[in-house]
Amino acid sequence: MSDSFNKLPARSRFAAAGAGLVVQNRFASADNKGKVSGVLFLSVMLLALTISLVAITAILAWAFVEGRTRLDLDLIFNGPSTVNRATAGFSVAIQGTLQIIAGVIAIIIPLGAGAALYLEQFADKTKWWNRLIELNIQNLAGVPSIVFGILGLAFFVRAPFNLGLVAAAGSATIALLVLPTVILASREAIKAVPSSILEGSLALGATRWQAVWLQVLPAAVPGMLTGVILAVARAIGEAAPLLLVGALTFVTFPPNFFEGGYSALPVLIYQYAGRPQEEFQILAAAGVLLMLVVLFVINSFAIWLRARYERTW
Amino acid sequence: MSSSVVSARSGARRVSLRAEHPHYGEKVIIAFLFIAAVISVAVTTAIVLALLQPLPRFFSEISIVEFFTATEWSPGFARPQYGVIPIVVGTLMVVVTALSVAIPLGLLSAIYLSEYAPEGVRKTIKPILEVLEGIPTVAVGLFAFFWLRPFIEYLTPWLPWGGLFSTGVAGIAVGLIIVPLISSVADDAMRSVPRALREGAYALGAGKMRVALRVVVPAAFSGIIAAFVLGASRAVGETMVVLLVAGAGSPQLNFNPFEGIQTMTAYIASRATGEIAVGSIVYDTIFAVGALLFTITLAMNMLAIRFVNRFREVYD
Amino acid sequence: MKKNFIASAALAAAGLLVLSACAGAAEEAEAPAAEAPAVEEAPALSGTILLDGSSTVGPFAEAAAELFMIENPGVAVTVGISGTGGGFEKFCNGETDGSNASRDIKEEEAALCAEAGIEYTRVTVANDALSVVVNMDNPLECISVEALNAIWNLDSTIATWGEIPGIEAGDLAGEEIVLYGPGTDSGTFDFFTEEINGEGGNIRTDYNNIGEDDNQAVQGVSGGLGAMAFIPFSFYQEYSDTVKALAIDSGEGCNEPTIDNLLAGTYTPLGRSLYSFPAASALGREEVVAFYTFMVERNEEIAAASGLVPLTEDQKAEQLAAVAALAG
Repeated sequence: MSDSFNKLPARSRFAAAGAGLVVQNRFASADNKGKVSGVLFLSVMLLALTISLVAITAILAWAFVEGRTRLDLDLIFNGPSTVNRATAGFSVAIQGTLQIIAGVIAIIIPLGAGAALYLEQFADKTKWWNRLIELNIQNLAGVPSIVFGILGLAFFVRAPFNLGLVAAAGSATIALLVLPTVILASREAIKAVPSSILEGSLALGATRWQAVWLQVLPAAVPGMLTGVILAVARAIGEAAPLLLVGALTFVTFPPNFFEGGYSALPVLIYQYAGRPQEEFQILAAAGVLLMLVVLFVINSFAIWLRARYERTW
Repeated sequence: MSSSVVSARSGARRVSLRAEHPHYGEKVIIAFLFIAAVISVAVTTAIVLALLQPLPRFFSEISIVEFFTATEWSPGFARPQYGVIPIVVGTLMVVVTALSVAIPLGLLSAIYLSEYAPEGVRKTIKPILEVLEGIPTVAVGLFAFFWLRPFIEYLTPWLPWGGLFSTGVAGIAVGLIIVPLISSVADDAMRSVPRALREGAYALGAGKMRVALRVVVPAAFSGIIAAFVLGASRAVGETMVVLLVAGAGSPQLNFNPFEGIQTMTAYIASRATGEIAVGSIVYDTIFAVGALLFTITLAMNMLAIRFVNRFREVYD
Repeated sequence: MKKNFIASAALAAAGLLVLSACAGAAEEAEAPAAEAPAVEEAPALSGTILLDGSSTVGPFAEAAAELFMIENPGVAVTVGISGTGGGFEKFCNGETDGSNASRDIKEEEAALCAEAGIEYTRVTVANDALSVVVNMDNPLECISVEALNAIWNLDSTIATWGEIPGIEAGDLAGEEIVLYGPGTDSGTFDFFTEEINGEGGNIRTDYNNIGEDDNQAVQGVSGGLGAMAFIPFSFYQEYSDTVKALAIDSGEGCNEPTIDNLLAGTYTPLGRSLYSFPAASALGREEVVAFYTFMVERNEEIAAASGLVPLTEDQKAEQLAAVAALAG
């Protein structure tokens, strides 16, 4: 640089040197002081992160310390019991949750994938109704869970679906609750597939559907599945909407999906926590621990899935 | 569409690339896909219908003016008043406390993750933060009631802790839940800021902190605001934590964070699982409050979406 | 690679569904297999019974359901706890076989049932009471109904123990009264306000609302010298070494909340009966008749298991007759 610089007229060289000095003065002195505040800033940020991590650990610790005396197999295989408190468990609630989840998965996979595919691949984005659908989904993702409970009570338990206070109603309610996030996650997964894949397929004579079904969808499946798994994890922990659609019941026998009362793990935990007897309080903490372990397994699976199948195109 | 016509100047035959036979089955499939997408609209319509249907009956007995302006919420008492302000204030107190915890923690974490953290650290910490978001809220509520509140009380014995419930602690617990949300949206926003802006600042001699705070954050501002609004919206809708930690509060206006309070969500949950006969005016308050809640979160979400679109536009 | 992935994912999903189905089937298969030895010669009962209603009666009905199902594994009894009012709504809608209630059916509710053509009878299943509890170190032992009303009624402005009429507050005179009570959704709320304040809901609005969780009242009272709360007797029994229950004077002397007093009917006015209202149509099914008869006959056992107070012999005879009348 110095060669070409030195060839410039003196006026320009002075001007450049002056400008350089000004800039240096503006920034350099400030940032020499900045070293200390830089370190301070870094520690403040790390502190912020640590607080969040400590919170997670504290919650786990609470569940473990309070519930450890009931970490036995009875927890999983025994049902709720008012009579035999020391050996009461969550078996019925676990089955209820499993049934609810099975229903949720059956609903969100076709509806979520279908809606995402439509919006990404087949919708004409300039048409107002497609924009309305998109906006709708984004809004639904933020509606409070208890409002979905009201929806479930009004539409699934009563007319027009008239299912009654059964597991199917709970399942449908939760499915609608997590559906928007599944659609959003699936859309991201589909968007991540480069259009060259689609276009190559089209160029070779495929119809649009063939191209999507045979090329784009398989490539997007890992991402979509991750979205579904995370939605399932969320569905397992939701209690508020289920309170309104009949899960607040004492059931001692395994639920039938379409008939009769049911319970769910987070709801039963909430119920146990509200009882006076100490055995139930311990049971509630043990139930929380059980739920956290299950969720940890599911989330780890989703993370592994995401990492394993993440592709850079 | 897969139809196009190739015409070659050399005079080759025109070949139509349209499919040899019309694939009607595919049209049906695409129709199904459209229906799947339309279901979301159906859901919103259903929610609106469910919430609005009892309202004419409710507002024929309770004046709308009273609903929005009276300052006592005591349905079910002998001289009931139906002023919704106390429970709205309850929700607001929880949200404000939650944001005052989550905004610093979330934003600082986001700045660290997007500007400072090496890739490996980032890849480990992001999923761990998501764990905090994924913990069932009933667990967080129980934890806050049994451990967090006594712990905070132990640290601050000079504060006027009374009773068992505390709006303040409920707010802190909700704040912890929304930290990952704020962090990840803000992080996304900051990562969308083009490298050129950062590198320009570095070239001018700025240090990392200055670049982060004076260049990246202002550039990602609308995305960061979107993060805050989304976090607030989530806090507004939280039910289990406030049920367990803030209890039910008094029917009168109460701004004391050391006492319990009832939020809109907690009210709906208790009323719907409670003893009042269905179909009565008191029961209908569920739908009135539910409609109010839905409108508030809808407005917040639309606001957030506006901000997100703004930051996407500027840099895409 | 993609095909393997999809295959294994599908397998996992199928496995999940099979697991839940198997678990359900296994339990159902087990239950009838484990027959209780030496029961009546009558053929095994089967069917489902759906009860819903009060969360105070809930534990009783739950215990009854459990014990009943041990002896009659073919019957499935579900007990919901939507609250007395919620229970009646479902009952009068024909959605449940019986409604549990911590109070008698109201006129509006009875009208609703009549409209829908639902006939029912009222079965008293247990005795219960409300206890007024204060801190263990509170010197007070007995309180009159008038004093209670003075403290709790809608227009009350009493803030310290010294202001309560008719009470010897002593050292406690300057202590602030901290009140805990349930929300308007609770049957306990209804009962207390009707008996003490003269009218349902006629209560002051500035007490600490514990919602539905009576644990909170106990914790609050045990933690504050000037605290007072009213809770179901069953809760007090569980916590009798943490809080003190006051004897109630309704004009004829102080009566403590003890099981003897409840059974003798001298703990007034806060003693109450707990009911279950079976539908006449439901009583046409033998398993329902058997269940209600079970609840009355095996009353002591069930009450002991759920912390409630059993029926007296007279009450038992009455209730058995009521069930038989509607069933037969």
